[in-house]
Formats: sequence, structure tokens, C-alpha cells
Amino acid sequence: MSMKKGKKILSECIRMVLLLVAVSIVAFILITKAPIDPLVSYIGTNSTLSTEAKQEIAQYWGLNDPLPQRFLTWAGHVLKGDFGTSITYKKPVIEVIKSRFLYSGILMLLAWVLSGVLGFVLGVICGLRQGGIFDRIIKLICFILKSAPTFWIGILVLTVFSVQLGWFPIGMAAPAGKLAADVTIGDRIYHLILPVLTLTVVNISEVVLYTRQKMIEIINQDFILYAKARGESLWQIVRRHVLRNIALPAITVQFASFSELFGGMALAENVFAYPGIGTATTAAAMNADVPLLLGIALFSAIFVFIGNLIANILYGIFDPRTREEAGDA
Amino acid sequence: MEEKVLRNVLEINDLVVSFEMYQKGFRKKKLEVLHSLSLDVKEGEIVAVVGSSGSGKSVLAHAVLGLLPKNATMTGNIKYQGELLTPKERKKYLGREIAFIPQSVDYLDPLMKVGKQVVGVYSSKERQRQLFEKYQLKKEVEDMYPFQLSGGMARRILISAAVTEEPKLIIADEPTPGLNVELAMDTLRHFRKLADNGTSILMITHDIDLAFQVADRIAVFYAGTIVEISPTGDFLAGGKNLRHPYSKAFITALPQNEFQPLKGTQPYAGDLPEGCLFAPRCPKAEIACNGKIAMRDLREGKVRCIHAT
Ligand code: SF4
Repeated sequence: MSMKKGKKILSECIRMVLLLVAVSIVAFILITKAPIDPLVSYIGTNSTLSTEAKQEIAQYWGLNDPLPQRFLTWAGHVLKGDFGTSITYKKPVIEVIKSRFLYSGILMLLAWVLSGVLGFVLGVICGLRQGGIFDRIIKLICFILKSAPTFWIGILVLTVFSVQLGWFPIGMAAPAGKLAADVTIGDRIYHLILPVLTLTVVNISEVVLYTRQKMIEIINQDFILYAKARGESLWQIVRRHVLRNIALPAITVQFASFSELFGGMALAENVFAYPGIGTATTAAAMNADVPLLLGIALFSAIFVFIGNLIANILYGIFDPRTREEAGDA
Repeated sequence: MEEKVLRNVLEINDLVVSFEMYQKGFRKKKLEVLHSLSLDVKEGEIVAVVGSSGSGKSVLAHAVLGLLPKNATMTGNIKYQGELLTPKERKKYLGREIAFIPQSVDYLDPLMKVGKQVVGVYSSKERQRQLFEKYQLKKEVEDMYPFQLSGGMARRILISAAVTEEPKLIIADEPTPGLNVELAMDTLRHFRKLADNGTSILMITHDIDLAFQVADRIAVFYAGTIVEISPTGDFLAGGKNLRHPYSKAFITALPQNEFQPLKGTQPYAGDLPEGCLFAPRCPKAEIACNGKIAMRDLREGKVRCIHAT
């Protein structure tokens, strides 16, 4: 049984490596084919460098080499842990990504947990009281949220809470003009609240609707009737059977939703000028910062892939049926 | 059976169950699936309700157990030990005095170990182990999940789960589907034993041969009502001792008898004849059969037919 599981994880890892290679190739081609000149973005448009000097740099960077060779050069460096230097931030790409991922990670983690827990509870209640007034209101709100673009929700939140009510700062991760050393935890939390709120709101409708749907499926199953016939109260049925049956799909979908969370995060960050991966991506794109863009693409792929991997493994571990199949096969 | 007058453990009078259905568009339509159905089960007695598959027999079980869906309405009454079985009363008895044996393992929680499910909310681990021993289930079985059970194991699990609290009444809905003869007989023997110890059993089945094996009385279910209830002996003797034309035809149609099939089909719940539901197929039908036909006592049984003798 553990052999099988080990094999499964191994094959997932191989898939991940293949995926990363694919992502790198595609990202590389897209970026090199884009109408941007890394040389120009490095030295600036109104540089006084001579054409020969420019040629020399291009030669040194390998910009004149054929595409496959350029890719291999880049990939070779990446394998050694060298992602190059970010043109935008004048720092090694890996450092930029590290600090930015930390900011984004906190933001995403909070929104993920909040929307996951809150959405689950709301979904369970809606499913139990299907067709009731509470269910209908929540469902309507979810549909509206689902169809609203992230940046629109972000701007709405910003307008209401920062501009109109003045409760929260307009953006950034810390008060503007304060030295990094002086920034307190309180400042950070204060600046985090609105982005987290936005991202939670963006993410929650999916969780509620999914949980609600699963919930309805489950409570219409025969085993719920049987539990009733055996004298279990509603609360006992929920505790003993419903939660047991809904927990796995709910948790799985939470991990599988990493990619959407990531997309929402990028947009929310830009609305709030929050210094995470999302804003870094925008900045990198604006500045034709090729090394940074490639690095972000790679790390984002890893992040999303890990979410899916966890989702897959969870199912394998917790569902007795898949567990058995793995043992028998 | 002993001669003393036995009490009714379950008594159903004029039970009507309809479902509200949405037809094409938004028009609601009421579909009556059980029509003034009356039935009683006495102490320590097995009554088999026999009817063809898909004719709504399960609705009867669900009505007694309070499992009807939200769109169902019910009139008539159900009495347990002489008391009206209201939702509140039912709550008190379900799982303790009244137990349910469902059709299949689909009625077990797929993610809960079966031992824990047999224990349920009222019983104990010790009792479960004791029952597993009694029904020859190995100890390992308690740690299995429903999908790992064989058909025979599943049956015995469901029976164990039903009898943890030594119920007075068991409702069994198609208790032997998909079992080979041996396993089916095994199940029925368990039923007989329970009944001999005083438990009343209402067994709903499409298999009359099974009913012959264990039932004390057989109720014939036709188009959503019960047309005849008679001692099993009358059925075993072939058609001549039976009361209702449908039961007679039904028994005559059996392979071991004349194997003469009855022409026509059961009427659809949305398109019922007035008066006797069997009239369109009855050789003895006459004008009077279009009126309301009540259940009446006749010889040792009951029948819903004006001509029955
Ligand atoms: S009531 Fe009339 S139609 Fe119905 S079974 Fe009896 S004889 Fe036939």
C-alpha cells in the first residue's frame, strides 16, 4: 500500500518537473517573442552607448544566439539557482521573489483560510436549508460576487472603507514615508486588512457554492434517510455523516483553488499597491524585466502545482475507497 | 400461532400519500401514489407486503418511518401500539422500538466504519460485538467500510444494526435483493427467529416466494393500495382460497401454479380509474365497482372487492 502511494507521489513529482519545463519553455518563447528589447530596457531608451558597445553587450548576453541555445543558457543558470538580476529592482531575481512571496503569501494565506472556513460554514448552512431565505440571499450574493471582476471588488472595497469611511489606508504594506525599521506589526496588519478582505470576498463565492452543491448532494443520499430512520437527530446527522462526507471534497477543492487565488491576488495587489508578487509582475512587465518575469512564472507554477498535488494526495489518504483501490491494484 | 388475541403493533388506516410534482412549465400536479391503504401487523407476526417492483411499496415504508420527502403530503393515520405515530412520537421510537432494514448498503455511510454504524447513536460497542458474533460476522468486519462488504455480510450488518435495541417493530424494505437463494433463506430465518421472540416485522418485497417462506400473513399490493390480506396458507393453496380477483390471478400466474399471466398492466398513478383500481382488468367488473370500495373482513382475511367470497 505505501509502495503504491510512494509510486503515486513519485509520478506526481515527475509530472511537476515536466510541467515546469513546459512552463519555462512557453514563458521563454512568449517573452522573447514579445516586442520588447531586453537591452533597451536594461540601458534605458535614451542611452548614449555606441552601437558597437551595444553589440558587445548583446554578444556577451547571448542575445544573438538562436532561441534554443538562449533557453538552454538560461535554464542552465536556473538549475544552478541563478535566476539572473531583476532590471526593475536592481537585485537578484531570487531575492525579489523571496521577499515578494512573503508578502503575497501572508495575504493569500489569510484570505485562503478566511474564505475557506467562512465559505464552508455558509455553504453547509445553505445546503441544509436549501431554498430557505438565508440560502437564497447568500446564493444571490455569491452569484453577484462570482461575476464581478476582482479589481472592481477591490476598488469598491477601497472606495467604501478607505475613501468614504476613512477606516483603512489606501494602499501599500506600511505607512508611506516610514522607515522600514520603524514599521510595526500593527502597521502591517492595518495595511493587510483591506487586501485580505477583497481577496476573501473574491474567493468565497466559489467555496460557498461548491460546498452548498455538495451538501445538497449528500443530504439527498439514502444513508441520510437511514440515519434518520435510526433515530439520529439533525445535529447528529450533520456531525456524524454530513461533515464526514463533505470535509474531503471541501478541503480538496480548497487546495485545487490555488490557481484562482493566485490570479485574484495579483489583481487585488495592484488595486491596493501592495508590494507582493502581483505588483512585482506588473512592474516587471512594464519594464520588460525578462529575468524577473521568467522567475515569477516558474515559481507561480510550482505554487499552483503544489496546491494540486496536496489535493490529490489528500484524496488518496483520506478516502477509504481510493485507499483500498491503491492497495488492491 | 397461539390462540390469544394479539395486539396490533402497527396499524395503518386509510393512508393516502401524494407527491407534488412540477409538470411541464410551472403547473403543479398532485400525484397520488398510495390510495387509502390499510394494514395491520400484530405482535410477533411477519406480514409481507407483496407487489411488483416500482409500484410504490417503498413509499409505504417511508411513510411509516417518517422519511417522505418534503413534497409529499399524507392523510390517514398510522398507529404504533395503539398510539398515533406523530412526528414527535416517532422520534421517541425510531432506532429503539422501531427499526428499519433498508434495501442495500447504499443506506450506509460510505465513509464510516460499519462497526460504528451498527452502534449508531443508541447502542454500544459491546452490543455490536455480541451481535456480530450472533450473526457470524468476523471481528475484523467492524473496521471495514461499506464498499468492502459482500452481499451476505451487508445483509447481516443491516440486520445487526436494526436489532441493537431489540425493537418491537422492524420495517424491512426488499430485504433480500441480489442475494442467492441460500443467503436469502438465511436472512429470512433470522427474521423468523426475531418474530418468534416477539418482534413484529413488516416485510416489503416483490418476491412472493420469499413471503411464502416466512410470512404469517401476506398483503397484496396493487397500484398503490392493498387489495387483500390473508394468511399465508391461503396463498399456498393456490388461487381458490384467495379473496380478491387480482390475488387469484397473481397466484395463478406463478410458475409453480398454472403460469397463466394476467393481461394488461397496473394503472399509472397519474391516471387512475375511479372506484376499484383493478376494474379495467377484472373479469367480474360491473357498474357497482366504479363506486368507492372499502376494505372489509372476509373469512380469516381482509379484501377490497365487492364480489369477493
Ligand atoms: S371490486 Fe369489482 S372490479 Fe374490483 S376486483 Fe372486485 S369485482 Fe373486480
